[in-house]
Amino acid sequence: MNLSATLSGKTYTFRDVKDVLAKASEQKSGDVLAGIAAETALERVAAKYVLANLLVRDLRENPVVPYEDDEVTRINQDGLDEAMYERIKNMTMAELREHILDYGMSEANLKALGKALTAETVAGVCKLMTNLDLIYGANKVRVEATCNTTIGKRGCLSTRLQPNHSTDNVEGITASLFEGLSYGCGDALLGLNPVNDTVSSLAEVQKRFDEVKNRFEIPTQICVLGHITTQIEAVKRGAPCDMIFQSIAGSQKGNTAFGFSAATVEEAMALLKEKGTAKGPDVMYFETGQGSELSSDAHYGADQVTMEARCYAFARQYHPFMVNTVVGFIGPEYLYDSKQVIRAGLEDHFMGKLSGIPMGCDCCYTNHMMADQNDIENLALLLGSAGVNYILGVPASDDIMLNYQTNAYHDVNAVREVLGLRPIAEFERWLEKMGIMENGHLTARAGDPTIFTARSNF
Amino acid sequence: MLDEKLIALITEEVVRQLTANGRVVLPDRSPGQESSADPQNVVGSDRLLEDPLDPEALERMKKRTTARIGVGKAGARLKTQTMLSLRADHARAQDSVFADVDPAFIEKLGLLSIESQAGDRNTHITRPDLGRKICPKGVEALRQHCEMSPDVQIYASDGLSSAAIEANLEKILPVLTEGLQAKGLKVGTPFYMRFGRVAAEDQVAEVLGAKVVCVLIGERPGLATAESMSAYIVYNAYVGIPEAKRTVVSNIHKDGLTAVEAGAYITEVIQQILDRKASGVDLVK
Repeated sequence: MNLSATLSGKTYTFRDVKDVLAKASEQKSGDVLAGIAAETALERVAAKYVLANLLVRDLRENPVVPYEDDEVTRINQDGLDEAMYERIKNMTMAELREHILDYGMSEANLKALGKALTAETVAGVCKLMTNLDLIYGANKVRVEATCNTTIGKRGCLSTRLQPNHSTDNVEGITASLFEGLSYGCGDALLGLNPVNDTVSSLAEVQKRFDEVKNRFEIPTQICVLGHITTQIEAVKRGAPCDMIFQSIAGSQKGNTAFGFSAATVEEAMALLKEKGTAKGPDVMYFETGQGSELSSDAHYGADQVTMEARCYAFARQYHPFMVNTVVGFIGPEYLYDSKQVIRAGLEDHFMGKLSGIPMGCDCCYTNHMMADQNDIENLALLLGSAGVNYILGVPASDDIMLNYQTNAYHDVNAVREVLGLRPIAEFERWLEKMGIMENGHLTARAGDPTIFTARSNF
Repeated sequence: MLDEKLIALITEEVVRQLTANGRVVLPDRSPGQESSADPQNVVGSDRLLEDPLDPEALERMKKRTTARIGVGKAGARLKTQTMLSLRADHARAQDSVFADVDPAFIEKLGLLSIESQAGDRNTHITRPDLGRKICPKGVEALRQHCEMSPDVQIYASDGLSSAAIEANLEKILPVLTEGLQAKGLKVGTPFYMRFGRVAAEDQVAEVLGAKVVCVLIGERPGLATAESMSAYIVYNAYVGIPEAKRTVVSNIHKDGLTAVEAGAYITEVIQQILDRKASGVDLVK
């Protein structure tokens, strides 16, 4: 294994595979904060040269967190398609990149290939991709998943409708929910981030979502994104629940900091099989985001792209209905500006797809980042063209509970129209029935939340 | 300034709002308003959503959430008025993060000004570790100009919003200082720390030998307000003390907990902390 490269007469030598991966990453403030980033632009490229000449087996045999210490590494290593791995293990990373991009690489073959790649390999090839490579590669693949409806079909772009409220007021949540539905949002999920992570508070919102879903016969899914253990308790006490959510990290230590383990996820899945309100079989929802491991000191000296890829390796074990990176939520000490956030969004989506999970993206930013609404509108359009399963929608882009901005309810419609995409088919039929959409466009009546109050006692 | 009776009245009202976990229940900002939109700057059509099926229901819905609903559309895009008011709120938020507190403001309050080790705004934003350490010159200045071993050390820091400091500091400082002194406590020399993060207060405690340190610091701004300040109060702090040992009073701004109310409330909290020799989770126990 050669860990040196010479550029402009200077030889750059890297300590190990973990060091190569970190230094080959596009610049991220989080890797600088961790003290592991390339110090110069040329050192970054030298690391990319070294990475390009490593073999797939070098990446598999050098996980950034030891097998013995970490269940994420074990789940990843033990779950690989060994027959496929044997066929590709002596490819260089440069060859792997070209193999993925090649005209001869079909969707089916790319999905099969992904099953033989560890997170470190997925992250490694990502670091050799330009932004357009990431879009081009990801666009080859669609990953479908089925809860009540099926997400991820080619030609579809869905949304999670996020009607958050600063005090979990159910009527206020319902108001934002009706607003979102009236803009054609919510075919992926009606999903709330609660302020109060208590069983009673979760159950109250779950009950309202369930009532609305049933009263208007909406073909979609519902979820209230409390902590996994709170959701489990709510379901045990009879709260209606299609899907259970959890934020995940790329190491066991990170997941412990989030207060759960693989066993908790297995418990949630078994519970939903018995008591869940969805047809399934895909009933888990995970969120991720570059930098979360560093923030809980659970990154093991590895870079944030590699740790993010490890989230997807963990997620795919549980056949989730949806996974999204909350890409710009964590703040400028991890992703400094719009350039870094847009890059991270494209990386996460590509790595998720290559890992075989149904990937969405919360294209978002906080007010202390060097980014604004223009930047995340760019990201939404780029990801729409890359074949992302879903983006988010909140009232006029302003989330009053999480205090950040993501896509407005309006945005998905603009992206769909520009790129020729549609909602999930049965949801579109429902929108037509409700007079909200016609021929893939919003109607004049769309955007009126009182469509729903006028037809019910809500 | 304020007499003791008034302080006592305010304190009673504010303490009434206390919840079990030591935080404060906030008054909601007036519902259905686009928080800080400037009403005089109306552009385009004056009604956002035209001809709703049930206008009364829409009014009712808007009263139940501060989310921007009933905003209508131009094709699949926002109306001009909505787009511009979002941009105005975001601009206010960004300016409060990236602008400095006016040095004349600090001077007017007669505060000593020191800096963290961040050195500049971008480093401050991206290197929270450096914002938690005082620069050597600052340490020297504290030793030279501040009273040592106070019961309570109050100081202000920009954190992530300079607007929060400029909006609240002048109102809260006298309430706090006079309130604490009225209780017979030795209050340290107040100062200002530029590019500061919360945990810098731990080093302040070590340098000045303060029993209690209370930093008044700008919060990460939301679109609703860029002027929100928090107080992080810690007992017997040392560098590396667990975050859970801090008592927090947040959302100090004119539409939340007002600076004067907060000052009275924090005075009581500090007294409690001194009485029980504990802060943060240890205080709630």
